[in-house]
Amino acid sequence: MLLIPCPWCGSRDEAEFHYGGQAHVPYPEDPASLDDTQWARYLFFRANPKGPLAERWCHTDGCRRWFNAVRNTATHDILAVYKPGEPRPVIA
Amino acid sequence: MTAQTFRLPQGGRISREEALTFSFDGQEYTGFRGDTLASALLANGVHQIGTSVKLGRARGVFAAGSEEPNAVVQIEKPFPEPMLQATAVELYEGLAASSLPGRGRLADEPDPARYDAVHTHCDLLVVGAGPAGLAAAAAAARTGARVILADEQPELGGSLLGTGTLLDWAADVGAELDAAPEVRVLRRTTVFGHYDDNYVLAVERRTGHLGEKAPAHLSRERVWRIRARRVVLATGAHERSLAFGDNDRPGVMLAGAARTYVNRYGVLPGRRAVVFTTNDSAYAAALDLAAAGVEVAAVVDTRPEPGEAARVAAQAGIEVLRGYAVTGTTGEPHVTSVTAAALGEESTGRELAADLLLVSGGWNPVVHLYSQAGGKLRHDEALGSFVPDTCRQAVEVAGAAGGPASLPACLADGASAGTRAVEAEGFAIREPLQLPAAADSATSEPSSPAAQLWVVPGADPDRSFVDLQRDVTVADLARATGAGLRSVEHVKRYTTAGTAHDQGKTSGVLASGVVAHLLGVEVGELGTTTFRSPYAPVSFAALAGRDRGALHDPVRVTALHDWHIAHGAEFENVGQWKRPWYYPRDGEDMTAAVLRECRAAREGVALMDASTLGKIEVRGPDAGVFLDRLYTNMMSNLKVGRIRYGVMCGADGMVFDDGTVIRLAEDRYLTTTTTGNAAAVLEWMEEWLQTEWPELKVHCTSVTEQWATVALVGPRSRDVLGSLAPHLAVDNTDFPFMTWRDTEVAGIPARVCRISFSGELAYEINVLPWYATALWEALYEAGRPQGITPYGTETMHVLRAEKGYPIVGQDTDGTVTPQDLGMSWVVSKKKRDFVGKRSHARADASRPDRKHLVGLLPDDPGTLLPEGAHLVADAPLPEPPVPMLGHVTSSYRSAALGRTFALALVKGGRELIGDRLYAPVGGALVPVTVTSSVLYDPEGARRDG
Repeated sequence: MLLIPCPWCGSRDEAEFHYGGQAHVPYPEDPASLDDTQWARYLFFRANPKGPLAERWCHTDGCRRWFNAVRNTATHDILAVYKPGEPRPVIA
Repeated sequence: MTAQTFRLPQGGRISREEALTFSFDGQEYTGFRGDTLASALLANGVHQIGTSVKLGRARGVFAAGSEEPNAVVQIEKPFPEPMLQATAVELYEGLAASSLPGRGRLADEPDPARYDAVHTHCDLLVVGAGPAGLAAAAAAARTGARVILADEQPELGGSLLGTGTLLDWAADVGAELDAAPEVRVLRRTTVFGHYDDNYVLAVERRTGHLGEKAPAHLSRERVWRIRARRVVLATGAHERSLAFGDNDRPGVMLAGAARTYVNRYGVLPGRRAVVFTTNDSAYAAALDLAAAGVEVAAVVDTRPEPGEAARVAAQAGIEVLRGYAVTGTTGEPHVTSVTAAALGEESTGRELAADLLLVSGGWNPVVHLYSQAGGKLRHDEALGSFVPDTCRQAVEVAGAAGGPASLPACLADGASAGTRAVEAEGFAIREPLQLPAAADSATSEPSSPAAQLWVVPGADPDRSFVDLQRDVTVADLARATGAGLRSVEHVKRYTTAGTAHDQGKTSGVLASGVVAHLLGVEVGELGTTTFRSPYAPVSFAALAGRDRGALHDPVRVTALHDWHIAHGAEFENVGQWKRPWYYPRDGEDMTAAVLRECRAAREGVALMDASTLGKIEVRGPDAGVFLDRLYTNMMSNLKVGRIRYGVMCGADGMVFDDGTVIRLAEDRYLTTTTTGNAAAVLEWMEEWLQTEWPELKVHCTSVTEQWATVALVGPRSRDVLGSLAPHLAVDNTDFPFMTWRDTEVAGIPARVCRISFSGELAYEINVLPWYATALWEALYEAGRPQGITPYGTETMHVLRAEKGYPIVGQDTDGTVTPQDLGMSWVVSKKKRDFVGKRSHARADASRPDRKHLVGLLPDDPGTLLPEGAHLVADAPLPEPPVPMLGHVTSSYRSAALGRTFALALVKGGRELIGDRLYAPVGGALVPVTVTSSVLYDPEGARRDG
């Protein structure tokens, strides 16, 4: 079980959190202007790298707030956490 | 009762003054406090513990700890427990055990014992209290760090208990650790899982060893959930088996185990022994056994030039057969003789009379936890096994768990690992640990290299067992490689080698070695199978802990729960809620009760506790904009005082939830959700607010439990409400459908909504939950002349289904759009966007063969279709595959229709209205006619009373 550093509460057990998938996949500004392929890309396509991935988490059983984390999917190391709307930190 | 004829007159870590009576297979024996069931049986000359799972071959004690593959027993008293290792069961007075044919029997009575769990944190967790683990814990503890030391044995010392060395030192260290304020020593505690961020699970056996005397107020077992900053794994090594003919007879035992029985338990595992080894360690066992009075017939060493250890043994008068291997044993079933043959020569071999055969194929570092923690292993040629390499977690390995190590090296390794770990956490060494001078002839003197022998030439492969617990032989492995399997993982699944509850601790590396030999590849190249938790079997009772029975899941009840119980309600679980299902009267079955309740709601007046409906208050200047984006229809133009039904979709356009939206004020809405979906809807709202639309000024608050809701339903409901709400104009003009009013009902402040989930004239009366019972009883009393009837969820379902109102999650399944439900009217055409809108424009959303919600009328009005029944077009059934057109989602008996009916999702269903379909039910084809989903009052004439 991961130890996840909630940016508001500090490190807590993974069981307190809800996973929210890849971060920085914004809801399109004007969905109606997208063709089916573009919309499907927003709806169904997500990155699945072996390595760092920016993803969304919600501290469901704690402060109930969403945040972003950069997690290495191969090692589970959480390399950074940051608040929604903030840019993805540059990971060296 | 038999005498302990194999017990040495003195020695061992047993309390001879405390004799214990126990039974095995109905026969009574005695042993001593400090024995395991296995050592006590051996002391009584009992070697055969059971029979093997597939072949039914006699099997005895093979090991002396939790790596035991053979000696698996059923505990009968004090409480039945299956598949325990006799080598790990501490003896207690009154223990009754029986042999097993390789598999156990579950108890058929509830376990009366308590089980619990503890969550804790530490700076350093040390796993294993052998020489390395004790040194690590002691060194770390002196810094003041929070240290936990866990070991599966009742006594600290690990391998020292078996070799009989440094036991005073171990006791001193134990006393020092027990006295240290920041240290916790967990004895009888098996660490069985190592997860991310050093989250470690262990199970402590607290009272099982006390038998009947176990205090009832203490938990029998406790699961420790430990979050450790650092972990030192000092888990030692398991001795490896060797595969040769009939190597599974009782009397064949690991050399180190035999040494443990002599030194720790004062038990002779036999009278005349042959030792079969590939390495030096077995010589120490031979010498210890000889010193205890066992006649050692010979040491059979596969190495042509075994070196110093062999010289010492020869000096002690033990014959050493150099470059020999044991090819087979005889005995029915216990070993009576052993055949040894020179390797590389055609010879009939030598027959050696013996009742004990010790084997040592080398040592496997116990890398299970290391591997679970994400540690990578590498193959060590000299050791012939896999050793820790690198780990991504803050985990270190100390002592024999890291590879071959002499006792002084284990001690030094442990002390430095413990020191390094706590120094890395910022603790300073104040007083360095003084390590004892260790002299262990077998491990401290320069030893000659071990040899690897995976398949003994000349041995019968069909009787050369690799995995004793699974009855997997060399021949079985050869069949697997012969069938073309090249990966050790595939061979494992093909043969089941390593899948028994010992997880192949003594056999896994041997299996890899045999497979590598058969394939002609290096073992290191082939690798090993994955190590998974639990390291040792853990009972489900321990894992469940206190989370069973009434504590398994929270139970939520409404403010009216006591009334429902007092009036005989049967309950239904809806999520965590207990909801009244129906209220049977004397002698009524469910069908009769529901028909009666339905009639009351349609013809008179009835009331239901609707408090469990999810309620979320959405508040703020942007609340209207926010709801417009989430609901498919418009909410911002709803007038204060009015109510609108709404549907939410996911971004994929599929129905997610539905409910009503009440506009309380310009900046305040109250939304309701499906009972089971309330938390999910609140999370959904928060997700959009926090991650996509942080600029919206909106707050969402769950108020589900702040309101009790009573649905008052039926053509006479207006009379009942009117009689109790003198300030409320109840007529249809002043209080029309889908509006709400604040008023007093029976003197209680109430918000009354004209909402109907039945199609009848109906009111939902909301009050503070403190007043719920007063309100309910007032309504019940006032409605008595009209025959007011309480009804439950079943009647609610029938009434709504007659009207074709879908239940999200019952009539939908995440693949259903509002249009599929025939609810295009709830989908705004005017709004520029809402969540799901773009998906409704996909070509897939307008496929003509999408499943539509329709009604079904069975031709026989008495036939009730089972929910989930499939629907097909033709009878009799054509040749398979038969096209499936859909399935029944809801099915009921209707009082109003005087017949059964159903709702179903059917491909292109709205185009099939009037057509005949068939539901295959239990071998018959039930003919049904497709209808509109609205079967009752399609013109909606009844909602205004």
